Amino acid sequence: MSNTEHGHHESGLGHIVPVKFLAFICGILLFLTAVTVWVSRYDFTEINIAEMGIIMALAVATVKATIVGLYFMHLRWDRPFIAFIFVGSMLFVVLFIGIALTDSMAYQPEIIKGNTPKVTEALEKLQH
Amino acid sequence: MSTLTPNNPNDNYLNHTKGIRSWLLTLDHKRIGIMYLICILLAFLMGGIFAMMIRFHLLTPEGTFMTQDQYNQAFTVHGAIMVFLVIIPAVPAALGNFVLPIMLGAKDVAFPKLNLFSWYLWIFGLVFFLIALGSGGIDTGWTFYTPYSIDKASSMGGVIPALIGTFILGFSSIFTGMNFIVTIHRLRPKGMTWFRMPLFLWATYATAIIQVLATPVIGITLLLLVVERTMGIGIFDPAMGGDPVLYQHFFWFYSHPAVYIMILPAMGIVSELISVHSHRHIFGYKFIAYSSIAIAMFGFLVWGHHMFTSGQSQLMNVIFSLITFSVSIPSAVKVFNWLATLYKGSIVLNTPMIYGLSFIFIFTIGGLTGLYCATLATDIHLHDSYFIVAHFHYVMMGSALIGFLGGIHHWWPKMTGKMYHEGWGQISSTMVFVGFNVTFFSQFMLGSKGMPRRYATYIEMPEFQVYHIWSTSGSVILALGFVICAIYLLHSCFCGKKAPANPWGGRSLEWQCTSPPPWDNFAEQPEVGDCYDYSVLEWNEEEQGYVWRADAKHPGEENV
Repeated sequence: MSNTEHGHHESGLGHIVPVKFLAFICGILLFLTAVTVWVSRYDFTEINIAEMGIIMALAVATVKATIVGLYFMHLRWDRPFIAFIFVGSMLFVVLFIGIALTDSMAYQPEIIKGNTPKVTEALEKLQH
Repeated sequence: MSTLTPNNPNDNYLNHTKGIRSWLLTLDHKRIGIMYLICILLAFLMGGIFAMMIRFHLLTPEGTFMTQDQYNQAFTVHGAIMVFLVIIPAVPAALGNFVLPIMLGAKDVAFPKLNLFSWYLWIFGLVFFLIALGSGGIDTGWTFYTPYSIDKASSMGGVIPALIGTFILGFSSIFTGMNFIVTIHRLRPKGMTWFRMPLFLWATYATAIIQVLATPVIGITLLLLVVERTMGIGIFDPAMGGDPVLYQHFFWFYSHPAVYIMILPAMGIVSELISVHSHRHIFGYKFIAYSSIAIAMFGFLVWGHHMFTSGQSQLMNVIFSLITFSVSIPSAVKVFNWLATLYKGSIVLNTPMIYGLSFIFIFTIGGLTGLYCATLATDIHLHDSYFIVAHFHYVMMGSALIGFLGGIHHWWPKMTGKMYHEGWGQISSTMVFVGFNVTFFSQFMLGSKGMPRRYATYIEMPEFQVYHIWSTSGSVILALGFVICAIYLLHSCFCGKKAPANPWGGRSLEWQCTSPPPWDNFAEQPEVGDCYDYSVLEWNEEEQGYVWRADAKHPGEENV
């Protein structure tokens, strides 16, 4: 049970968020999902930043995750320690993904160029 | 009062309710712990049979009785069973479930239904492993490395059931960890502050943090592997532009913290064993407590040391090697504190203490050989050799499993209400210690001389046969030691002497209730004091156990 100061203590259930508010948050998330789909289909080469699509998609995903964490996971009304734990676990994710990708990028120059026989065969089939 | 007795002295958790349904649907953490213990020991028997098959096969250079495919299956199944079904759940699920709430002073864990669900998940995981054995077998090694594990044409058909089984076992582990974290945070009684908790609880808490943080990673990794094998997406398959080394990063990001899930609770047990059985206050309580948390945190930063020869970049090799050296420091802190605890203590060389001392000896060797593995220049030669096999058996089997056995013996009177035969216990523990060292020390020599691991034959290297014979001989002594242990423990269940509430003179709360404990652990709120101050206890000949001294103040009276 969370130690929130904004709870409806007489019911003994802790803090309750109105369903309408949750539906509103859901609406925002659906809108942001639509934004993500639009971003995936838009051609950003006109502004000379081809990766802008990925940057925008990840930015939208971060906003959505933050909204889910704050409102659906109740961090907005909970003790700061709980949010600290949540952010701390995200740091582990960053550590893991960051080091794995750093390593991948570091040995890219050592990878032998060209296609494997399986890929070559698949490409030839496509051409025919 | 010295012991908190239930209203009905004959009522305890074993006989409070009767029938198989009362066990299979129990919410009592003690019964769940016992069910875990029985199942884990049966899985240990299964994994041990495969181990003996491997050892006997390697008696001759051309292999004694298995084909190469069968040998590949034997070491894979041995590793997978021992890692996922035995060692990872052993101390937290079996002993932790039984001891943690009572030691904490609580009536049960925070989520008893989740606790039972965790046990059923373990059973489902076991079922999937059995399905894997029956549907073609697995020969990938317990690490399921790509690209072999995703190649349906080459690897055996049981890979997917094994991956699903491991995924399910991961959830059992996560839920157990979650349960323990909440229990320790929220169910401590009055007076049980963080720094009054026994060190076993600190170790279990650190383990639970690792279980919750790391295990989801292996879950996702194994799911990706299943998807890769069934749909050929190309994440890890180099033939399709994927990266097999990325799989190793994903795998070891969990599997290195997993070895700390194995060893940390065993270290917690050793802290209890050394202190109680030398009747001396633990030396450096806060250092040992903080070192448990440090090991848990540092353990997340070193996974790349399993990948020094995999093609990992030089930059990462150097970083991981450096951090791996630092992770040995908190472990060393523990060892030195245990030794300082022993100094000038009234050491009783009973079975739990023999296991505790064995742990310190074996873990020191295992930890020091880890430094050779952490050094880049030496690991190039040692990786994938028997040196590595010996190193991880020293830390996982010799340390974690021996800690587990020590804990079983230490809490056996509490769990069963019966005393086992001490003489046979000493014989068995000595045989386990001697057999273990003969088995695996010879493997250090094998590895340093160049014998690769996972080889079914060594026809080109017949000079290694003498070391394999030593190793197999040691494994026979080890196996006999385990068999003797099983016999006298089972015998004690039926014919053992009745155990007093406190046979060893422990001060933690589990020794304040009867043996076996009552259904709800404590009839009254237990009194929390210094759990390592043994000066208040004395031996009572009539009870054949330790009781509170008549002139000693109880914890509530200390400041009066």
